[in-house]
Amino acid sequence: MSSLFSKQNKEIFSTPLGPNNPITIQVLGICSALAVTSKMEPAIVMGLSVAIITAFSNFVVSLIRKTIPNRIRIIVQLVVVATLVTIVSEILKAVAYDVSVQLSVYVGLIITNCILMGRLEAFAMSHAPWESFLDGLGNGIGYAKILIIVAFFRELLGSGTLLDFRIIPQAFYNMGYINNGLMLMPPMALIIIACIIWFQRSRNKDLQEK
Amino acid sequence: MKALRNYLNKIKPNFEDGGKLHAFRSVYEGFEAFLYVSNDTSKSGTNIHDAIDSKRIMSIVVIALLPALFFGMYNVGYQHFIHTTGIGSFWEMFGYGFLAILPKLIVSYVVGLGIEFVVAQWKKEEIQEGYLVSGILIPLIVPVDCPLWIMAVAVAFAVIFAKEVFGGTGMNVFNVAIVARAFMFLAYPAKMSGDAVWVSGGSICGIGNGVDGLTAATSLGIASTTVNPNGYVPFSWDMVTGLIPGSIGETSVIAILIGAIILLWTGIASWKTMLSVFVGGGLMAWIFNVIGPNTAMANMPWYEHLVLGGFCFGAVFMATDPVTSARTEKGKYIFGFLIGVMAIVIRVLNPGYPEGMMFAILLMNIFAPLIDYCVVQSNIKNREKRAIKSNF
Repeated sequence: MSSLFSKQNKEIFSTPLGPNNPITIQVLGICSALAVTSKMEPAIVMGLSVAIITAFSNFVVSLIRKTIPNRIRIIVQLVVVATLVTIVSEILKAVAYDVSVQLSVYVGLIITNCILMGRLEAFAMSHAPWESFLDGLGNGIGYAKILIIVAFFRELLGSGTLLDFRIIPQAFYNMGYINNGLMLMPPMALIIIACIIWFQRSRNKDLQEK
Repeated sequence: MKALRNYLNKIKPNFEDGGKLHAFRSVYEGFEAFLYVSNDTSKSGTNIHDAIDSKRIMSIVVIALLPALFFGMYNVGYQHFIHTTGIGSFWEMFGYGFLAILPKLIVSYVVGLGIEFVVAQWKKEEIQEGYLVSGILIPLIVPVDCPLWIMAVAVAFAVIFAKEVFGGTGMNVFNVAIVARAFMFLAYPAKMSGDAVWVSGGSICGIGNGVDGLTAATSLGIASTTVNPNGYVPFSWDMVTGLIPGSIGETSVIAILIGAIILLWTGIASWKTMLSVFVGGGLMAWIFNVIGPNTAMANMPWYEHLVLGGFCFGAVFMATDPVTSARTEKGKYIFGFLIGVMAIVIRVLNPGYPEGMMFAILLMNIFAPLIDYCVVQSNIKNREKRAIKSNF
């Protein structure tokens, strides 16, 4: 049991959260990070969906990695991912219909998420199921973390709310404060991600290029 | 002047390493270099310097902008009085405009130069002078009713994300003033466009008459919203002199022309860029006149397109920015021409944006390096051909 949470496994789980974050360091999965982060709620749901799908697809693919013929491995991986995405999408529609409408095609497009395919190819195809599961979960949560940070700033400055709860008091608006409309547009998500990368790199010496 | 120099020399040790005012080193150097040309020379290598340095260039551009600024002050007052009571002396109008615009200038310079000073101090570099021009440009391209805090946010955004992240003055891809305006336009559209922002309705320090909900559309605003295909405002000489509602510095063609003459006479701006913007815009507007859609914007005569909105201001002061425009001589023609074309295309074909100059310049800023590359490559190819021929 102790080997399940060995130091090595903890590292597999924790490096994607910070020093090897899929969005800020590997710069993957940017498209959905721009699209679903104008509000906190869809960003949280999207982040969780991706985390669950990466974890389980990594696990399943790792289980069958020795029997997958090399030449058709992408197809097999896609079948696994597509199945999981369909399950998550159906659950979302049943449990949280409003959010699934807001997310629209982006849940379906998790199939083509670069983080997912990257982890399957780079990790799950060559590691044991439990490590793969932790790696998928770590990457998914690393992705969700950045999405939530971006959505926090976009919703706060763009709509004055957080999770649809009003944060900026009405008195500010009466004094002439106006929500920043640019925050609701995708370009601003890119600039916020850039700021996060800037912040992360300036704090971490290993990431600075010479 | 001698006394000033002596004073600067006397306080200098305070700012050097170990001095008690070391934290303000870049501020001191900035002022010293601005008042007197910097005495420091490079320590290594051979360097050839132009006799005119970028601080002098910036100062001349600022001087060229003054006619537009002063006319803008008068026009702000003039628009206020004719839209309220109609009665006001010249000095009342000018004073009103002066008081309306002065805070904008102060906010723009304090925020912009403040960031420049902080960055210079932080990176241990000299202060960069690029903001001198942007600082006066930004108040000139906003509507008079644009709130000060919005300007402050936009200036901070533009200086940090359009200039400092690219490496400071001379390295920026986009014109800083236009990025500030685009930011305001996209983030706070209610305060940057529409009918309610072009004429100031309040009274300032006792001058003027307070009126609530004053609206006045710009000529371009009318042309873009009207459904009548001939509903544009007919051409009038007020559009040339500038006595129409609009952004503060952009209305008067005559004031901008004086600025253009100063820039061209001193050789700071390129006549090639300027001319080709007008040619491109005029040609495109004429094409729309002949074969365009049957809308007021497309039917507006081509000469009216050129004098309205920010077209002249953009062509003279923005498109010719030596940092963000094309640098090759042939490239300047292409760059300017496409700005003119795009500005009119956006105006006519996109009813959401009555003014296209801002986006046209931003768009072409991206393409400027590509234009330069193509011009240089074609030149290399031509010379290669010539060299091969002469070898035989």
